[in-house]
This record gives sequence, C-alpha cells and structure tokens, in this order.
Amino acid sequence: MALFRMPSLGADMEAGTLVEWRIKTGEPVRRGQVVAVVETQKGAIEVECFEEGVVEELLVPLGQKVPVGTPLARIRGAGEEAAAAAPSPAEPAAPLAVTEPTPAAAPSARERGPQLPPASAPAPAAARAIKVTPAARRRALELGVALERVHGTGPEGAITVADVEAAARGAAAELPPGPPVAPARAREAPEKPSPRHGFDPVAMRKAIAAAMSRSKREIPHYYLESTIDLNRALAFVEARNRERPPPARLLPAVLLLKATALALRKTPELNGFWLEGGFRPGPGIHLGWAISLRGGGLVAPAIHDVDRLDLDALMAAMRDLVQRARTGGLRSSELADATFTVTNLGERGAEAVWPVIYPPQVAILGFGRIVKRPWVDEAGGLVVRPLLRVTLAGDHRASDGHLGSRLLAEIDDLLQRPEAL
Amino acid sequence: MRREELERVVADVLAGIAPEADFAAVKGEDDLRDELDLDSMDFLNLVIGLHERLGIDIPEADYPKLFTKNGLLDYLAAKTGQ
Repeated sequence: MALFRMPSLGADMEAGTLVEWRIKTGEPVRRGQVVAVVETQKGAIEVECFEEGVVEELLVPLGQKVPVGTPLARIRGAGEEAAAAAPSPAEPAAPLAVTEPTPAAAPSARERGPQLPPASAPAPAAARAIKVTPAARRRALELGVALERVHGTGPEGAITVADVEAAARGAAAELPPGPPVAPARAREAPEKPSPRHGFDPVAMRKAIAAAMSRSKREIPHYYLESTIDLNRALAFVEARNRERPPPARLLPAVLLLKATALALRKTPELNGFWLEGGFRPGPGIHLGWAISLRGGGLVAPAIHDVDRLDLDALMAAMRDLVQRARTGGLRSSELADATFTVTNLGERGAEAVWPVIYPPQVAILGFGRIVKRPWVDEAGGLVVRPLLRVTLAGDHRASDGHLGSRLLAEIDDLLQRPEAL
Repeated sequence: MRREELERVVADVLAGIAPEADFAAVKGEDDLRDELDLDSMDFLNLVIGLHERLGIDIPEADYPKLFTKNGLLDYLAAKTGQ
C-alpha cells in the first residue's frame, strides 16, 4: 500500500490546495500519470503520481489546503492484496461529500487550517515505525516517494537518500501495471473540479522572496563571467532555419541550453543539491529554465535529461514549457526536479545577469543579451562579432571558482562547434 | 486580403500567445516586441501562427520587417497578394 502525498514543488512551498482529481477510486494508475491539480503560489500545477497500482481511496476533498507531505490518496500496488480495500464501516466517506468551494470561500478554509495530519505524523497505513534519515525524508518528499515502499539499507535498516532515489527509479520496473482490479467501492469521482485561480502575482512574489532570501542568507555565492563569440553558433542556426518552415525553426537559446547540459556532464559537482550539509549529485541533467510570467513573477520548470535531447526535441520541449508556464498546466515533476537552473535574458534584456541560486541547487547560469561588439579573432584581427556574456553563480560550500571556470570554458568550446550539439 | 482582415488575424494569433496584448492599441511605428512584451519565443510563435493561418512563408531574414505594426501589416498584405 502506498500513499500519494502532497508533493513539494520547490524549496519555497509549504502547502497546496487540491483543486481537481483526475482519478477515480478503483482506477488503475501509472507512474508519471497526472492524477490531480494543485493550486500553489506558482499557479495551478498538474501533479503526477510516482506509484503504480489501483486507486483505493481519495483522502482529501477538493478545495482543501494541506501541508506538503499530507497523504492525498491511497494506492494499492499491482501485486498487493485487496484486503485493505474491503468495505469497512471505519472507512471515512465523509471527506468526499464535498462542498464546492468558491474562490471567496477558500480563505476561510485556510483559516480553519489543515484538517489532516502533517507530513511528520505517521499515516494510518504506515503504522510500522520506519527509520529515515532527515535527508532521505526530504528527498522522498521532493521525489514524491512514499517511505513505506522504500527498502532501507542504512544502520538498523534506516532509509537513506540513496534508497529513496533507488526506489524512485525502480518503482516503474518493480511494478508492472497489473490488470485493472474491480473496484471495491467505486465512487463517482472525479468530481467537478474546483475553479482554478490562476497564478496570483502577490503570492508568487512572496514565494520568490522566501526562496531568494533563503538563498542569500544561506548560500555563499561566488560569481564568474566569460564572454563568448556566438558567430559560429548563430550562423549554424541561421543556415538551418533557412531551409525550414517556421514551426521547425530553432532559437539560439536551444543551443545555449544544450551546450550547458553537455558541459555539466564534465562538471557534475555543479549539477545537484546541497542537502543536510553535503552535496548530492542530481539524478540526471534536468535544467530549470527561468520563464518570466506576464503580470510579474518567474518560474523555472525543469526540462528533463537535456543532455540527451536532440536540438529539435529540445526546441519542442522549450516551446511547450513556455506555453504551459504562462497558461497554467505545469507538472509537479517539472517544478520539483531541476538540478541546475539557467536564466536567459533574451534579445531585449540587459547584457549580463548575476543570478541568485535557487536552493537547494548549487549553481545557476545566466545568459545576457547577444550584442555586436569589437572582438579579436583567432588570427589577431579586429572584427565585429555577436558576443554573449555568460555568468555563473556557484555555491562555495559545494565548489570553487576553478570548477565553475571549467564549466564556462566547456560551454564556450561547445558553442564553437555547434554541429556537434 | 484587406488590411482590416489582416489586422484581425494578427490580433487573433497574438491573443493565443499573450492573452492580454492589445494589438489595436499599438501605434503604427511602435515596435510590437516592446509594446506587447514579446520575447523571441513569443515572436517565433507569432510567425508560426501567421504562417499557419495565412499559408505564407516568412523567412527568418524578413523578421526585422515585422517588428513594427505598419511593417508587419504591409508585409502580410504584400505576401497575401493585396
């Protein structure tokens, strides 16, 4: 039996409001399936499930705001007995007799406070004591992994970060989707979704303030800057786009992102998290792409495994992400998974940016505006070239400027050979 | 295609990219990107939308002609044979 919990969608999130269920009791769920929509400071987020099995019970009614980690649904694994699903008088049906909250009613629900136990309280289904390191507990929340499904290999069987990550990776493999099991007691969910409130600029400003204050308080930043000649990279994009209709064209930003991802393979110490006093490497190169929202605010959802995407796939992913960031519809994994962030000021921005690290990440890269400026070429001649100032902010607890310099040099090198990207 | 029709098509496409953008309020010589806060991704999406709605090719080299409202409408009028 696994519990699907309110995920943490970034260091700044403490609670979320459940506004839509996309699953019904008795239905099978797949790993990665969008099962609910949660309203957060970053707008309405589609939340994915990291379990395979059958939905046994929905535990939280629509419109309710609950802390991160609160169980939202019980999911029975494919191989597990349906015993717990046998109708029992104790099974609480009440929470699902939902009143449709209006936006005006939401604040009162918030004032009442959460009615469900917080993350640290033992859930009924997880009555056995589980030993978990604090870092592992946190990582489990980030990955949406239910601790009762994790096999501990630490002292006295304690669950470690590595165990949690192994469980997250292995969940799909261990639990092939079984045949749909007849629902023990089907409810007529999904209910009518609560209204989505869209993103609230005031709440988002608070979220940014909290994350950035924490970053500046806790992270000893160091800063580096390089100037890169983009002549070859831009010529490559131009030549490629000339033969293609608009929907198949690339933006130069695609090359910048791909070069960053490939360069991070050589400096893995910059790709990951600072947690509980130590560095944890990221499980892949998942680049947070900072997107500014109309009306103010910023989100940096992740594009997964950027180093393994070809340029067309990466371009499609970026277009899709920008669209969804601005209209709502980002997914929980996109908000929780970034291992490194890139901010790109674009063609109308300033020439350089000294970005602030998004905790618990350990570095962030900033691309300024591409400008034509005098440059000395390889032959020593003075030329006019499109130049790009690239900046890196690194966490001095996790790395030094020497390593950061290597990242910038590698990005430069890759952008001189765009056909290899 | 008449200029008013073209203007409506552009406004339609923009509505899908920047819902609050008021194309009608942009002055003829103003840069659309500044007035409507369009970044390069938005601008590409505008080009893609116009390409799909009007069935015209818009080479990348022509992009600078499309930056102002008048420039954009003139370009589209020429391309759609008006």
